[in-house]
Amino acid sequence: MLYISKWKAAAILLTAFVCCLFAVPNFFPEKTVQQWPAWAQRHVVLGLDLQGGSHILLQVDANDVRRQKLQTLQDDVRRVMREAGLRLVRAPAIRGNSVEVIVRDTDVQQALAKLRPLSEPLGGFIGSAGARSVNIENAGGGVIRLTVTEPALLERTRQVVDQSVEIIERRVNAMGLVEPSIQRQGIDRVLVQVPGLGNPEELIKVIGTTAKLTFRLVDTSMTVEQALKEHPPPDSEIVYGSAAEGRRPYLLEKRVIVSGEELTNAQPGYDQRTGEPIVSFKFNTSGARKFAQVTTDNVGRPFAIVLDDEVISAPVIREPIRGGSGQISGNFTVESANNLAILLRAGALPAKLTVIEQRVVGAGLGQDSIEKGKLASYFGAALVVVFMIFTYGLFGVFASIAVGINIGMIFGILSFLNATLTLPGIIGIVLTIGIAVDSNVLIYERIREEVRSGRTPINAIDAGFTRALATILDSNITTFIAAAVLFFIGTGPVRGFAVTLGIGIVTTVFTAFTLTRLIVAWWVGWARPRQLAIS
Amino acid sequence: MRLHPSIPLMRIVPDDTKFDFMRFRRISFPVSALLSIAAIFLYFFHGLNFGIDFIGGTLLEVQSKSGPADLAKMRATLGGLGLGEVQLQQFGGPEDVLIRVAQQPGGEEAQQAALAKVRQALGNDVDIRREEVVGPRVSKELLAYSTVGLMLAIFAILIYLWFRFEWQFALGAMIANVHDLVLTIGYMSLTQIDFDLSSIAALLTILGYSLNDTVVIYDRIREMLRRYKRMAMPDLLNISVNSTLSRSIITHVTVTLALLALLLFGGHAIHSFVATMIFGVVLVGTYTSVFIAAPILIYLGVGTARVEAEERVPAQQPART
Repeated sequence: MLYISKWKAAAILLTAFVCCLFAVPNFFPEKTVQQWPAWAQRHVVLGLDLQGGSHILLQVDANDVRRQKLQTLQDDVRRVMREAGLRLVRAPAIRGNSVEVIVRDTDVQQALAKLRPLSEPLGGFIGSAGARSVNIENAGGGVIRLTVTEPALLERTRQVVDQSVEIIERRVNAMGLVEPSIQRQGIDRVLVQVPGLGNPEELIKVIGTTAKLTFRLVDTSMTVEQALKEHPPPDSEIVYGSAAEGRRPYLLEKRVIVSGEELTNAQPGYDQRTGEPIVSFKFNTSGARKFAQVTTDNVGRPFAIVLDDEVISAPVIREPIRGGSGQISGNFTVESANNLAILLRAGALPAKLTVIEQRVVGAGLGQDSIEKGKLASYFGAALVVVFMIFTYGLFGVFASIAVGINIGMIFGILSFLNATLTLPGIIGIVLTIGIAVDSNVLIYERIREEVRSGRTPINAIDAGFTRALATILDSNITTFIAAAVLFFIGTGPVRGFAVTLGIGIVTTVFTAFTLTRLIVAWWVGWARPRQLAIS
Repeated sequence: MRLHPSIPLMRIVPDDTKFDFMRFRRISFPVSALLSIAAIFLYFFHGLNFGIDFIGGTLLEVQSKSGPADLAKMRATLGGLGLGEVQLQQFGGPEDVLIRVAQQPGGEEAQQAALAKVRQALGNDVDIRREEVVGPRVSKELLAYSTVGLMLAIFAILIYLWFRFEWQFALGAMIANVHDLVLTIGYMSLTQIDFDLSSIAALLTILGYSLNDTVVIYDRIREMLRRYKRMAMPDLLNISVNSTLSRSIITHVTVTLALLALLLFGGHAIHSFVATMIFGVVLVGTYTSVFIAAPILIYLGVGTARVEAEERVPAQQPART
């Protein structure tokens, strides 16, 4: 047991050395490290709680996704029925989770046959295999009911999140923020993390806006006041102005002339005459053609620019706009014009997103936490080292060396994994010091017992290691289970704690089984003690 | 040939202690039972001071730009916003204030609106050092995950111990650990320490450490059971606890030293975490392993089957090591 072959010793030292080596980039400034080869650049990433920054968790509005899906289905049903030339007893209408259409009894079979292609098999996602996008049933009495299935909604939600991640990425990058991270989380969530951002108000405004832009004609067949009192015409609706615009009501046609998807560019700028901030835009070819057509036909009529169900402005068409470009003015500030341009360039979010969790740490607090964490770690380590040497003498020095290498290895492994170090993560490391010392204490106490029961020093050391290691393994595995559970249930900072604690346990077991033994074996070989005094 | 260099050494625990720990079970069991009941009462009638992680709401840590913060003035300003309960608390230095706004009715967006109002009301007099908004959906999830996580951890550890030891040991360890968790939760209720995500981390670490301790003693008991086949259980347990005593004490001193360093220098953010750990690991965990986990094995019938089997086959020589 105490004899360790040269090869084994070399392997142990090499492992420890390589692990510690990975920790090296952490001690150099980032600029220096960037010039190193890629494999040597791995380093510990400071969590948002340490470097400061914003963590924003958004969730796709399930009702919005459902509503859109049902509206599309309703449009599809309307189109299919029209193409089939079937007379409808009642037009397709949304009822709960379904679209219902009533046809004459004699037409039911034909209608069902025509509608069937609307139900498509879903892609091969696990759980949704074999499911179809729409359930079509004959509810009797000429009623045909088309229900959107849960798997179809789920798949749509998944798509919405994927698209949203992309769009948010474009928006955040356009805002010029440094190293933002935008990730899908679970099925219906997006996590946005921006290091260094201490005030996310602007960011939330930008990523929380759907930015659905439409150009629509103002309905002049009756005045707004009339429409408010009576009913608006069936193809028109009342839309209110934005806050900057004064929340005035407008009567707009439901038909969309051109929508934001047909924009190719949008830039903030200033109106040449008034000097007020504006957003200038450019349509793609088909958008430009449609816009030119409508403006030619409607000279003298007002049209409205609508963003997310709010009218930004409603200018009068003075002349046909043929160039495919134009400008929006709507009492903007420089900032809001800039944000709108970003939003229009990045495109609209496919569904509404809501902020459900927001955690922001200012850079000052982060720096404080790092310094306090460092101080506590150094002080804790010093106390432990002094106590161990006080208690175990030379063996205490051995233990301290082992614990030191242990910590080096933890940092090395954290760096290799590019893991995130959080404040609870630092606590995890400090606690690892405690656990690592415990493994040494277990070994030494066991050796002492063996000495007292009359064994020779070398025998006692041998037996002490063998017996203590079994205990170390058992006790560490139980702690490791707790760490693993924390890792799977925890988020953010708590997960950071679980990571360092877990890695710490692994390195502790490694050092106890190999390094500590190696050091003691060398010492025994060198000192050849006839008497042991670990007391 | 050289001897071990002579360094003046401190002997923390004398060798060959012979404390009769098992006798205390007549005291420790009723005391623990009473304390556990008290803790459960506290939990139900005094409650935990749930942080926004679990009940949702808004939290801001602000620092006054001009000298010590005027709590009364801030309380008046924020109280007038119509946001329901607003708690203010000195946090660290006299400039630092922790503001907690209860969860607003009206879903996720209402929380954002509340934050905006608070920000505006505070104006430019303060630096916002930290702000957290946890919506109703996330807080419900976190609470559910954490509860499930704790249960899962206990269960997983139980299974592991059952494989490594006999079922009595697993059961004994579980009773001991549930006892630890119950007392710690009672402590958290009594002191009204913030109960947030890091408290769950603290509870799980306490669980891990306390098990660590229990396992070390159980390991020794198992070894002794193999070695002394005829010894009465209370004696055997006493020897086991006594022979691991110095390790227990030295280890706990080191862990305490590390925790004390965190408590003194780690800052306010981790204060409640560390305080809970000190209570759970140092005070409760150690006591439990010695006075609950070990003696409970007597009641769970460890060793009785062994003695009876021995008596039935008297010809067999007890093995000696």
